[in-house]
Amino acid sequence: MSVVLVFLLLVLGIAFWWLVRQGLFSKPWVEVGVAGGMPIVEPSPPRAARVGLAVFLVVMGSLFALTVSAYLMRAGLGDWRPVRLPGILYVNTFTLVVSSLALETARTGARRGDLASVRTGLLAGGFTALLFLAGQLVAWWQLNAEGYYLASNPANAFFYLVTALHGLHVAGGLVALGRVTGRMLKGAGVAALSLGVGLCATYWHALLVIWLVLMGLLTSWIGDFILICRQLLA
Amino acid sequence: MVDLTHGGLGGDGHAAGHAGELELYHPTNWVTKYVFSQDAKVIAIQYGLTALAIGLVALVLSWLMRIQLAYPGALAFIDADRYYQFITMHGMIMVVYLLTAVFLGGFGNYLIPLMLGARDMMFPYLNMLSYWIYLVAVLVLAAGFFVPGGPTGAGWTLYPPQAILANTPGQQWGIIIMLVSLMLFIVGFTMGGLNYVVTVLQGRTKGMTLMRMPLTVWGIFTATVMALLAFPALFVGAVMMLFDRLLGTSFFMPSIIAMGEPLDTAGGSPILFQHLFWFFGHPEVYIVALPAFGIVSDLISTHARKNIFGYRMMVWAIVVIGALSFVVWAHHMYVSGMNPGFGFFFATTTLIIAVPTALKVYNWVLTLWRGDIHFTVPMLFALGFIVTFVNGGLTGLFLGNVVVDVPLSDTMFVVAHFHMVMGVAPILVIFGAIYHWYPKMTGRMLNDAMGKIHFWVTFLGAYAVFFPMHYLGLLGVPRRYFESGDISFVPPSAQTLNEFMTIAALVVGAAQILFLFNLAWSLRHGKPSGGNPWGATTLEWQTPETPPPHGNWGAERPVVYRWAYDYSVPGAASDFLAQNDPGPGPAAAAPIGEGGR
Repeated sequence: MSVVLVFLLLVLGIAFWWLVRQGLFSKPWVEVGVAGGMPIVEPSPPRAARVGLAVFLVVMGSLFALTVSAYLMRAGLGDWRPVRLPGILYVNTFTLVVSSLALETARTGARRGDLASVRTGLLAGGFTALLFLAGQLVAWWQLNAEGYYLASNPANAFFYLVTALHGLHVAGGLVALGRVTGRMLKGAGVAALSLGVGLCATYWHALLVIWLVLMGLLTSWIGDFILICRQLLA
Repeated sequence: MVDLTHGGLGGDGHAAGHAGELELYHPTNWVTKYVFSQDAKVIAIQYGLTALAIGLVALVLSWLMRIQLAYPGALAFIDADRYYQFITMHGMIMVVYLLTAVFLGGFGNYLIPLMLGARDMMFPYLNMLSYWIYLVAVLVLAAGFFVPGGPTGAGWTLYPPQAILANTPGQQWGIIIMLVSLMLFIVGFTMGGLNYVVTVLQGRTKGMTLMRMPLTVWGIFTATVMALLAFPALFVGAVMMLFDRLLGTSFFMPSIIAMGEPLDTAGGSPILFQHLFWFFGHPEVYIVALPAFGIVSDLISTHARKNIFGYRMMVWAIVVIGALSFVVWAHHMYVSGMNPGFGFFFATTTLIIAVPTALKVYNWVLTLWRGDIHFTVPMLFALGFIVTFVNGGLTGLFLGNVVVDVPLSDTMFVVAHFHMVMGVAPILVIFGAIYHWYPKMTGRMLNDAMGKIHFWVTFLGAYAVFFPMHYLGLLGVPRRYFESGDISFVPPSAQTLNEFMTIAALVVGAAQILFLFNLAWSLRHGKPSGGNPWGATTLEWQTPETPPPHGNWGAERPVVYRWAYDYSVPGAASDFLAQNDPGPGPAAAAPIGEGGR
C-alpha cells in the first residue's frame, strides 16, 4: 500500500499548502467587512470546469494508485511470474504519445485562435486514441493466442485488469472528445471550443502519464528500480 | 467518465443574470421541476427520501435479527442463511446507502449552495445524474432480496474467499448484485462529490472566505474529499472480486480444498482485499462522522446563542482527522496475522486521532459553557450526540490497542462500539439536523411535543440496546452467531439481557414511526416558521423566500461581511448578526476569551 500512501501524501501536501494560502491561520471572528482579508475571486464557469477536471484527475489518480499498490503487493509474493509483454504495447505507447501531442497542438492552436490547427489536432488526437484502443485489443488477442489466459495466473489477471481500467478511461475520454469534435464539425468557433479542447488535452496527458507508469509496472522496470533503490539504501 | 465540459462552455442557452455567474437551468414543466430536477435542493430531498426508504428496510432487518437473538426460532422463516443475509444487508445499507447518502447527498446538496450563497451546484446536470445513479444502485441492491438464493450473506465486509464460495448464502446472484450496486453507488457518488468540492472551491459568494464557512460546510467538504479518495479502493476491490466470481480469476482466491476437493483457484491473496476494503472502510467512518461534527457545531452554537468556541481549532481538527484517517485502516485487521511492528504503528496512529477528536468535544462543551442554552429538539439531539460519541469514542480507544483488541475481536463489544460511534451518534445528528432545517425546507416547524417524545425514546432506547451489549461482549458472546447454543462461559442471564435489548430495539424502531408521521403531518399542519425561526446567522436562513425557490437568492446574491458565529455580540441590536449583515460594530468587540482562541 506504500504507493497509494505516497500518492496521498502528495495530494494532502498540495491540499495543505493551498489551505494555508487560503487563510487557514486568519482570525475570522475579528475580521468584519467584505473581503475578510482575502482577495475576492469571482466564480467563472471555465475555471469551475478546470477545477472540476483537476478534482476528477485526483480521483482517477487514487484509483490507479490503489491498483498499482495491489499489483505490487501481489507481485511481492515469491511465486509471481510476469506476463511476457507483446511487442505491440510499445507501438501503442508511441500512439498514445502522438495522441497527447496532437491534442496539445489543438490546445495551443486554440490559444492562438487558429481553427485549422484545432481541427487537425482534434481529428489526429481522436484517431490515434482509437488506434491505441485497437492496439490494446490486439495485445489482448495476441496474449490469448499464446495461452496467457485471464484466469490462468494472477499476473495475467492483473495485466488484463490494469489495461482494461486504463482502456475504459481512454474510451470515456473519447466520448468527451467526440462531443467537442462534433461541435467543431457543426461549425463552432475557436472561442467556443477552446475550453473543451483544453480539458481534453489535460485529460489526455494524465492518461499518458498513467499509462507510462503502468508500462513501467508491467515491464517490471519500476520493480527493478525499487529494488536498486533498496539496495542503495541498504 | 464524467462530462466536465457540460455547462462550462456557455455557447448556447440563457443570458446570465450577472457577469461571471453560472447560468441557471430553467425547469419548464412539473417533471423537470420535481423529478428530473437539476436543482440541488430538490436533489437533496430526493436523496434524503430514498435513503430513508431503504433505511427503513435495514431497520426492519435489525428487528428480525434482534428477535432471533432473543427468542431463537420464534420466527420460523429466519434460518442461519437468512440471518447472515440480514446482517449483511443491514450493515451495508446503513453505512453506505443511508448514512453516506444522507450526509453527503442529502445535507451536502441542500446546505452547500445555500450556506455559501451560491445559486446552485456548479455542475447541476452531473448532480442530477448522481442522484439517479444512486437510485439505480439502491434498486439493484434491493433486487438482491428477490433473486434466486437471495442477497449475499458474506457479512458487510464481504471478505473473500468465503464471500464467493459455494455454501455462502447468496453466492449465486447476491454477491454479484451487491458488487454491481456498490460500483454504481461509487460512480454516482463521484459525480455528486465533484460537485460538492468544486462548489466549495468556486461557488462561494462575495466575502465568503474559506474561514468564514460554517463548520457544517467544512465537515461535508472534508468528508467529500476523503470519500473521493477512499471510494476508489472499494471500487477496485469490487471489480477484482467480480472478476474472481464471474471470470474465474484468482485475485483474492488462494488454493482451496473444499469438501475434500481442490477448487480451480490458486495464487490469490485474501489479505489484499482486506487492505483495499479497510483503506475505504476506515475513512468511511469519518466520512460519516465529519459532517456530523460540523452540523453539531452549528446546532450547538445556534441553540446556545453563543459563538462556537475555537472555530479555527475546529477547522484544523476536521482537516487533521480527515488526513489521519487514511493511515489507520489496518487496525481493523489486527487478527489477520499482521507483523507486530505494523500493529504497533497502526495502534499509535489510531490513538493519535483521539487528540483532534477530543479537542472537538472540549470545544463543544466550552461552547455550551455559560451559553444561553435552549432545549429545543435539535439541541437535545446535538447534546445526545456528544454524549454518545464520547461513549463510542472511548471504547474505540480500547479496541485501537492491539492487546485489548485481540481478545475482544469478533465479540459483541465490537458491535456495541461501532453502533454507538457510527450508528447511533450520526443518526442522532441526522434527526437533529432534520428538526433544525425542516422549517427551511418546508416553511413549517415540526411538532415539538412529538419531537421531544421521539428524542427521549430514541436516545434512552438506543442506550438500552447498546449499553448491555458491551457487557455481553466482555463476557465473550461472539458476534455474527445465528444462535448461541450452550457456551459454558456465557451465563444464562445473558439470554435475559438479550430479551431486554430486543424489546428496547423494537420500541426504538417503533418510535421512528412517530418521526415519520411528524414529517408528514407537519407538512400541512405545522406551525408556519417564517424565514429564520431559530435566529441563526448562516446564509441559508437569510433567503428572501422560504422555502427558497430555484436560484435561492432572488435578484442579488448575498454579500458576506462576517463569520458564521456572531451570536450575542455586545452592543448589537439583536442577539445574532447574520453573515450578510454589514453593521454595526466589529465582531472584535466580543470579550476576549469567548471569541475562540
